[in-house]
Amino acid sequence: MPDLLTLAMGGLTNGAVYAALGLALVIIFRATRVVNFAQPALALVCAYLAFTVNRATGGYWLGLLVALVAGAVLGALTERLLIRPLRSRGNELAPVIVTLGLLLVLQAVCGMIWSAEPRSFPYAFDFRGAFSPASVFVVVTVVVVAGAVLLLFGATPLGLRLRAAALRPDVAGLLGVRVGLMLTIGWVLAAVVGALAGVLAAPPFLSPTVLDTVFVYALTAAVIGGLDNPVGTILGGFVLGVALSFVSGLLGPELVTLAALAVLVLVLSLRPHGLFGSSVARRV
Amino acid sequence: MRASSARLLGVEGVTVRFGGVTALDGVSLDVAAGTVHGVIGPNGAGKTTLFNVVCGFVPAAEGAVMLRDKRLRRTRPHDLAGLGIARTVQGLGLFGGLTVLENVLVGARGHQRSSALGALLGLPGSARDERRLAERAEAVLAELDIARWRGALPGVLPHGVRKRVALARALVAEPELLMLDEPAAGLSEVEIEDLVALLRGLTDRTSVLLVEHHMDMVMRVCDHITVLDFGRVIADGPPAVVRADPAVLTAYLGTAG
Repeated sequence: MPDLLTLAMGGLTNGAVYAALGLALVIIFRATRVVNFAQPALALVCAYLAFTVNRATGGYWLGLLVALVAGAVLGALTERLLIRPLRSRGNELAPVIVTLGLLLVLQAVCGMIWSAEPRSFPYAFDFRGAFSPASVFVVVTVVVVAGAVLLLFGATPLGLRLRAAALRPDVAGLLGVRVGLMLTIGWVLAAVVGALAGVLAAPPFLSPTVLDTVFVYALTAAVIGGLDNPVGTILGGFVLGVALSFVSGLLGPELVTLAALAVLVLVLSLRPHGLFGSSVARRV
Repeated sequence: MRASSARLLGVEGVTVRFGGVTALDGVSLDVAAGTVHGVIGPNGAGKTTLFNVVCGFVPAAEGAVMLRDKRLRRTRPHDLAGLGIARTVQGLGLFGGLTVLENVLVGARGHQRSSALGALLGLPGSARDERRLAERAEAVLAELDIARWRGALPGVLPHGVRKRVALARALVAEPELLMLDEPAAGLSEVEIEDLVALLRGLTDRTSVLLVEHHMDMVMRVCDHITVLDFGRVIADGPPAVVRADPAVLTAYLGTAG
């Protein structure tokens, strides 16, 4: 039987990735009330670009940088070209369907460009051992980035405008907030965090479907945490990661997906607004 | 009519049509600087449409809106603050998830000159800006006597206090023209008394254009009143003149003077 500390650390590492991808979902959901199903595909494209740069340069960090920049560009393009034109139509489901379509298209395009074969993707650092530098890097990076995002939303003028634009776009506009710009910034921010999650989740092998399960768990984390609640989602990601790691190590890896589903059903039936969500209406 | 040199806002022969309906029909009015100007009229008279034309949200088929003798073209919502116009909306439109102080700070953004990037990077100039804005927000909260609720979410506050938050949020941008949509709606007589005193105290720094149903309040607070009925100006002048106008009595009471 694997020792519990190893399982916990493995769970934290996985959980960090769920937390980051979940945070990306929450940022967009708060800003536009859209669950962005294209999130894993956007992250996938970024991870493949990192892979190509890594191949060409033999290093890791330039690839990461390229992935983050690509995330920003893709996020802005998705919002401006696909989501914004639908906003005036007033159909709430249309943007969600469009993100689903984008998911399929981008996954297929990645397969066409980089083939469906798994490509080896490097870790940032040495990955051997329970407390490997690679694992510590993943956890620390996600904690720092999540903290920075929370600080941005909670304690900066830009964050205040982002929140105001999300809560009441009409009124925020009257007060001089450039609502359209705020929405784009929200998508950029989310896509950059998503790209980071993609690069952290990819090793050891990158394939067009590698982020599918990660996305399912990230969505689970976001729902557990309250889709509107970034802190809850980050905690939800870590809790889910550790819980699934224990299930996998102690009960068997075949039960992991089932366990995630059980957690989801349990939380939703007991606390429909998420473990950390408040049931108080946000709009007054 | 007042001397046009002191005119802040001029509406000149504005006509607005929605399909076959004429919402405003050749409406003209002047808001003099440093005055409180009321627009009254029965429901459907075109008061809100007039507000929307001034804000540029609704295009005028004919006529023009002049701000300080410059013609206002169709504006985007976020341009209004930069023009020196602040507007409250019916239903207040407070941000439910933001504290009272944060609500007011969003209003203070309209004046901010430093870039979003500067704020992100925490540049010294932008930090100084932030402090100045926070001080001004606190000052407005204190002036409106709602500073003790600065950390509260608007949802838990009494209606009268929420109205003051909405007013503080409009005032913090230091507008030249403050447009109030039914400021007295839902207030008690005592609160209306306070509001009248408050608005009278604002005239040294801003002009006020308000739409209101509460006749008594309008008569006491306004320097000048324009009465609309079926999209037309039927009376225009100081409260005493408007009150005595037979056309106004007819419009409101449905009887011939």
